[in-house]
Amino acid sequence: MSLRIVVAVKYVPDATGDRHFADDLTTDRDAVDGLLSELDEYAVEQALQIADAADEAEITVLTVGPADAKDALRKALSMGADKAIHVEDDALHGTDVFGTSLVLAKAIERAGYDMVVTGMASTDGTAGVVPALIAERLGIPQVTLLSEVAVADGKVTGRRDGDAASEQLEASLPALVSVTDQSGEARYPSFKGIMAAKKKPVEALGLSDLGIEEDQVGLGGAWTAVQEATARPPRTAGQIVKDEGEGGKQLAAFLAEQKFI
Amino acid sequence: MAEVLVLVDHVDGAVRKPTLELLTLARRIGDPVAVHLGPGADAAAAVLAEHGALRVLTADAPEFTDYLVVPKVDALQAAAAAVSPAAVLVASSAEGKEVAARLALRLGSGLITDATDVVAGDDGPVATQSAFAAAFTTKSRVSRGVPVITVKPNSAPVEPAPAAGTVEPLAVTFGELATGTKVVARTPRQSTGRPELTEAAIVVSGGRGVNGAENFSVIEELADSLGAAVGASRAAVDAGWYPHTNQVGQTGKSVSPQLYIANGISGAIQHRAGMQTSKTIVAVNKDAEAPIFDLVDYGVVGDLFQVVPQLTEEVKARKG
Ligand SMILES: Cc1cc2nc3c(=O)[nH]c(=O)nc-3n(C[C@H](O)[C@H](O)[C@@H](O)COP(=O)(O)OP(=O)(O)OC[C@H]3O[C@@H](n4cnc5c(N)ncnc54)[C@H](O)[C@@H]3O)c2cc1C
Ligand SMILES: Cc1cc2nc3c(=O)[nH]c(=O)nc-3n(C[C@H](O)[C@H](O)[C@H](O)COP(=O)(O)OP(=O)(O)OC[C@H]3O[C@@H](n4cnc5c(N)ncnc54)[C@H](O)[C@@H]3O)c2cc1C
Repeated sequence: MSLRIVVAVKYVPDATGDRHFADDLTTDRDAVDGLLSELDEYAVEQALQIADAADEAEITVLTVGPADAKDALRKALSMGADKAIHVEDDALHGTDVFGTSLVLAKAIERAGYDMVVTGMASTDGTAGVVPALIAERLGIPQVTLLSEVAVADGKVTGRRDGDAASEQLEASLPALVSVTDQSGEARYPSFKGIMAAKKKPVEALGLSDLGIEEDQVGLGGAWTAVQEATARPPRTAGQIVKDEGEGGKQLAAFLAEQKFI
Repeated sequence: MAEVLVLVDHVDGAVRKPTLELLTLARRIGDPVAVHLGPGADAAAAVLAEHGALRVLTADAPEFTDYLVVPKVDALQAAAAAVSPAAVLVASSAEGKEVAARLALRLGSGLITDATDVVAGDDGPVATQSAFAAAFTTKSRVSRGVPVITVKPNSAPVEPAPAAGTVEPLAVTFGELATGTKVVARTPRQSTGRPELTEAAIVVSGGRGVNGAENFSVIEELADSLGAAVGASRAAVDAGWYPHTNQVGQTGKSVSPQLYIANGISGAIQHRAGMQTSKTIVAVNKDAEAPIFDLVDYGVVGDLFQVVPQLTEEVKARKG
């Protein structure tokens, strides 16, 4: 029987660009080029490895985002995913984690799944809670923040390295898995993969296809309100010395003056 | 005054410092009620009372340790039903954020993650967050339901504020999903005897410039002379020179100490995301053009193998 894997991937502004907020205090997506969130490449990679280990598997990549978000899907398809779903709707602008997880959960249900794979966090919002929310909404086990994952006999197992302990986890499918950047280097798309991706199907969906009302998402449907966003004041230029043999002593003098020693 | 639920983060009843910080913040917006789940409530209750908990709701069951996240959500939901709180505060650990998010969804309440400050406002608590690798500071509030807020370590002082700390059992019914994800084995992290990275007042970090696992002793000796925690960049961790649990940055720990000393670290955006909010920043790097120097209060352009041991000697000498 074929293992159906849905991978949620986010299209985010490039972290090395000058990211900022728009007037309505949402992310200014026009300011910086976007790309597939690097942390979601690890999710795609693990899905590909799980699919390889299965008798038969199909990987669908799913994104919720503006028109350009197709770039994120193409990247994932060129890595080796089979097909894609793009949920795009003007009403989605400014959606919070609840709206995002609602749209993702509805689209995942519609696609059909045995397993959902996500990244550990996006590189822009960085909340790291969408995976847990998808699991809550779908009513399936969450096996999150894995640095090692395997699927066999209808069960997913993995290792979660926490603050206080490292845990070995186990759950029955269907389940939601999120993986960290410790799970293993993501592959680069090959030329063949890039060419093949151009022919792979990308299904476009709107909110109405998912039975979601406009007021459940977007800035209006958000349950939190950002009241102000201010750029961090530039640091006043620090003192910089060149080590001419006394650098450590000079630094010690600074630390003493600041009462650290 | 309205009650504020604080989920207790603990190891077998040993309350972790971020929880005591949450009690300080909770007192600004109401009367703190601590929720202690799992073993060790008796030991914890005394500490929680000393730091302002009026009541301590406790529940113990194997589910809290044998299964992931959901049993705690069930318990916190029961506590919210029993107390009708004005807000729920949870420490911003990986697990804390997952528990908070699922609780907020069940309560139909907004969620703020990784707050660095919480104050009372006209329409409920207002939380400060930093965004885009701490290049921005935002102020947000929850516009629906009971505000659920996760707070980063080091966001508030620990203040003694003796209160009743009345221990009361909390009745919890576990839902079907509670036993969905089993913890089949748990290996506790070995203690280094150094302070906890996210809680330390001083963090001394090493990057690719340290050039080898064996050289990290240079970083550790400086850290020990200052009573500091040791951090590492992802480059150092990926090279296998230092454990991932010590990684500072976007996919490692986010730290906000009084003093951060970066040695042989260039200052990539993903590293800055985890340390930019440190109060005082110091760097040692042989490249005068390294981006880390844009952040520093004091920088030494030089070879860390010359500068750091000299600094360590000087710290030891000054401390006597
Ligand atoms: C600076 C900033 C701060 C914010 N703070 C808050 C806040 O405090 N509270 C709040 O409710 N909202 C907040 N938001 C909005 C919220 O982050 C985003 O609306 C929402 O898209 C998902 O959250 P995230 O990006 O943090 O995802 P995370 O929870 O970090 O994402 C984890 C994983 O979920 C999947 N995923 C997430 N989004 C998508 C998507 N659009 N398509 C496909 N897969 C996806 C990916 O696999 C990803 O790796 C903030 C946004 C920004 C830019
Ligand atoms: C999605 C994603 C997440 C990431 N998450 C993190 C994260 O959490 N944390 C993190 O740190 N990085 C993270 N990174 C990686 C980050 O982009 C950088 O690659 C990394 O921070 C570089 O580490 P470094 O500064 O130690 O190494 P380098 O950038 O190689 O810098 C080494 C520095 O050491 C200096 N140096 C060399 N020898 C000496 C000497 N003898 N004395 C003094 N100075 C010397 C050099 O001048 C140089 O500036 C992430 C990247 C991605 C894409």
